Amino acid sequence: MESKPINLLEKKIMIQTDNGKITKISIYFLLASGSVIMIIPLLWMIRSSFMGMQQIFIFPPEWIPTPWVFTNYPEALTTVPFIQYFLNTITILIPSVLGTLVTASMAAFAFARLKWVGKNFVFAVLMTTLMLPYAVTLIPTFLIWAKLGLINTYWPLILPKWFGGGIFYIFLLRQFFLTIPKELDEAATIDGANPLQILWHIIIPLSRPALITVGIFSTLAEWNDFLGPLIYLNDSRKFTIALGLAEFTGLYSSQWHLLMAASTVVITPVVILFFFAQRYFIEGIALTGTKG
Amino acid sequence: MVIGFYFSMQSRFSKNLALEWSRQSGNFLWPIFFVAPAVLGFLLWQLIPIAASLIISFTDSTIIGETNWIGFQNYRQMFVSDQLFRQSLTVTFYYAIFSVPLRTIAAFFLAVLLNQRIHARPVFRTIFYLPSIVPAIASSVLWIWLFNPDFGLLNALLEPLGFGKLQWIYSTQTVIPSLVLMSLWDVGPMMIIFLAGLQSVPRFLYEAAEIDGANKWHKLIHITVPIVSPTILFNLILGLINALQTFTQPYVMTQGGPNNSSLLYVLYLYRKAFDQFQMGYASALAWVIFLAIAGLSYLVFRSSPHWVHYDGK
Repeated sequence: MESKPINLLEKKIMIQTDNGKITKISIYFLLASGSVIMIIPLLWMIRSSFMGMQQIFIFPPEWIPTPWVFTNYPEALTTVPFIQYFLNTITILIPSVLGTLVTASMAAFAFARLKWVGKNFVFAVLMTTLMLPYAVTLIPTFLIWAKLGLINTYWPLILPKWFGGGIFYIFLLRQFFLTIPKELDEAATIDGANPLQILWHIIIPLSRPALITVGIFSTLAEWNDFLGPLIYLNDSRKFTIALGLAEFTGLYSSQWHLLMAASTVVITPVVILFFFAQRYFIEGIALTGTKG
Repeated sequence: MVIGFYFSMQSRFSKNLALEWSRQSGNFLWPIFFVAPAVLGFLLWQLIPIAASLIISFTDSTIIGETNWIGFQNYRQMFVSDQLFRQSLTVTFYYAIFSVPLRTIAAFFLAVLLNQRIHARPVFRTIFYLPSIVPAIASSVLWIWLFNPDFGLLNALLEPLGFGKLQWIYSTQTVIPSLVLMSLWDVGPMMIIFLAGLQSVPRFLYEAAEIDGANKWHKLIHITVPIVSPTILFNLILGLINALQTFTQPYVMTQGGPNNSSLLYVLYLYRKAFDQFQMGYASALAWVIFLAIAGLSYLVFRSSPHWVHYDGK
């Protein structure tokens, strides 16, 4: 009778350690199988991009290309002028990202570091656009650009980025600016610096991680943007890389070896960017979720 | 929205209005200078287009030709006689109802797994996030190939298991489930947001529960879920907004087919606006989905006091 509680306790400890091992193993098992599921489509894409036409249509499929067909890449990249599309994308991307960085940090500075009447109200109003469906602004915006005769130019894709660049980025920078000690501003003000000098000489140098995060996110957004170029560009010489891939898919819908080579080319730059700047991705996204 | 809500709660600025005004009246030009681009951008690319969109929705605007005010006729036509409108709305909700909860659940469990004390956590995190950086157009092209009934990866894996030759995006029955499956591939950002939310769960709660003899599952349901519930709400609402506006995948992969069974709403809107140039009708379509999204988000929000806990800390 008396030994019963002790027995139970011992039993529980035993079960727990046993359980501990089992859960550890099952966690690794789940993570590993999850990883395989995530990675396999990409491996499939790469393996297809190095295969000959005949090998790709074998069932059951083979995983290793025999022989390795490297010519898929030059063939895919020349049948459609991907180099031109790449340059076009860069032409849009650089001024867009720059505009986002400049005007988003300006707005973020006003929201984080300056005192003014109605600040919180204006910020709250801007924040509501995070929830606004893009579908509802699409058509009038298009009609305005059409009225201005700027369809089939890069203006509709670049100019909006010089007007705040999107509230998400303003929010992200504001959160970061808020963490910088206020005393720095005050000291600079006493030394006679105006707000623009404070932003440029104090806030910007201290906010490099946040600015890099915004730069990466907006670079990705430009690279991946499909609907914008689809609506505004109709001359194929002006196409971006995303549009180019869609065009290519339409033209060569069953040439999977070429399509996968082209897709690999489109994906590779963002994958490289991701591997180099992963920290900024993770922190940037985490910031949007927690501070709400 | 969670964020917007939070700040609107904070915006009771009128209290200090007189005080601030007297302090700042000297250099109010600086704030104007700094926020001018963002505020102008908001007016030019958000507020004015929304208002314009409402007005255009009451007209028969096409890009060429004259425009007439036709009152509610677009809306009437939509609800009374437009079969494709009904079809696209149904299909879109069908997609969202499965995609949004499944993605949220998948992201949550991945985050919980990654939050355990394990080795190689950054490696797993990288792998799970990787699909999310793939451009939508490229992942669409890739998944057409994966879904290929004859030579695609999925049938290659499933046929030996006795699933038969599934038609995936080429059958009216399976096209939406296929797109839902594909949407589960990129849950990276949601997962990271959950992972950040999980950091706010205090360890002592788990330890206290362990002393009370709670198992892993109990701890998950009774401690983790309530404490990250604000994050769940955030992900649900943003997920809903995105799912209801899915465009690239059906545009590239199925063109709405077969037989309009994947005619997602924004694809239909796009066709009305940019293939048929019915700008008035398309604007009315836009307002309907706008109101649907607002209404649904509102419902999710209204339900939140019953399941979201803000006193977690």
